[in-house]
Amino acid sequence: MPPDELTQSVSRQAPGFLVSVFAIARKDMLIELRSRSVILSALAFAVLAITIFFFAWDPTAVASIDLAPGVLWVIFTFSGLLGLHRSFGVEQPTRAMDALLAAPVGREAIYLGKLLANLGFVIVVQAISLPAVALLYNVPIGNYVWPLIGVVLLAAVGLVAVGTLFSSMAVSTRLAELLLPLLSLPFFVPVILPAAQATARLMSGRAISEVAGYLDILAAFDVVFLVVCTLLYPYTLEQ
Amino acid sequence: MKFSKLGVVAVLSVIAVYIRAIYFTPFDALQGAAQKILYLHVPAAYIALYVAFGLIAIMSVLYLWLKDPKLDRVAASAAEVGFLFATVVLITGPLWARPVWGTFWTWDARLTLMLFLWFIYAAYNILRGAIDDFEMRARYSAVLGILGALLVPFIHLSVYMFRTLHPMPVLLKPSAPSMPSQMLTTLLCSIGAFTLLFIWLLRERYRLAEDRDAAMGALS
Repeated sequence: MPPDELTQSVSRQAPGFLVSVFAIARKDMLIELRSRSVILSALAFAVLAITIFFFAWDPTAVASIDLAPGVLWVIFTFSGLLGLHRSFGVEQPTRAMDALLAAPVGREAIYLGKLLANLGFVIVVQAISLPAVALLYNVPIGNYVWPLIGVVLLAAVGLVAVGTLFSSMAVSTRLAELLLPLLSLPFFVPVILPAAQATARLMSGRAISEVAGYLDILAAFDVVFLVVCTLLYPYTLEQ
Repeated sequence: MKFSKLGVVAVLSVIAVYIRAIYFTPFDALQGAAQKILYLHVPAAYIALYVAFGLIAIMSVLYLWLKDPKLDRVAASAAEVGFLFATVVLITGPLWARPVWGTFWTWDARLTLMLFLWFIYAAYNILRGAIDDFEMRARYSAVLGILGALLVPFIHLSVYMFRTLHPMPVLLKPSAPSMPSQMLTTLLCSIGAFTLLFIWLLRERYRLAEDRDAAMGALS
């Protein structure tokens, strides 16, 4: 590289906050897109779980429409955990996290970038398992598909917000992937509970106004934990 | 084990409270002797839910701000002792529920809340056990402590949307306590005795943490 070009690249300004957030999210998504290791196993898990849950109940005693919301949320939770563990686990073998920390980006930007990539991951899993459940469990979701997508997205933000933070913590402990569900699952309760209730109500054809209360809880959880986790994330890194 | 003065006072006051509860407090008209477990269940719940958990939350915030290892030791001690009290609540609750409600467990709002509080305590203690580096352990557990404190109101809110079987607050409510005065005195005494017990256990556990840290420091 000629000397003038070198100085030029060194003196280049540090990227803006949003630019770094998107760059980090893009990096994670590209890695996943090229290896496709976790997304494929998450999707395989989702389809397997749909099948196993169907045969775990007596179809003459429990209608499949009663099962569908629970199955859906169990799948989202556990396939989400698969993706969340990869989020920081992927940096681990080559200690790539050190390079990310040395880069001129804010630590909050690292968190939000990771969060965005994880959100993308969860949304892909949801986009495939939601129609799969509707199809295989014979649930007609056509009439309330938009409110249902709203519930699913609101819940996804909450799950990923706490999950990303715990993923960052869990990878550097002795228990690693064992610790992530242990830390995350109690925090998923106030997300899964209203989301599953709202899904069940929508699927049984109740008015959208009946699920408004659940949506409020989900939205409040998202806002509180998004802000607090962004502020706390720098404390989970070497200082 | 050597008892400190505080330890002796705490244990004696707990014994005194139970003598009062068993022999000098009237039986409940409907529940009979089963209701006596109240004097164990309620003070333990009060310590686990408010005192110990509040202490962890406050110490966690202060630790991230001041970085004083003493604050982390208090939080760690409160988490272990709080876990003990939460376990007592979860054991005495079903024992009381069986004769009175006819079931050991029901997914009622407060039972669920207590169960999840117990899970958070467990996660906190397991997290601490999974990290060797002192400074990192303190930071991580402070982060979890703060998030846990924020989580409790959300669990409360989301589980409250279910129907509830558990009696409403008897003590902490705007109107006068709905309980005969003799029972109320015993309950308040038991809360006082449990607070002493908690402070004593916390202090003992804090000393243990100090010794452990000193030993770890001497090894490295």
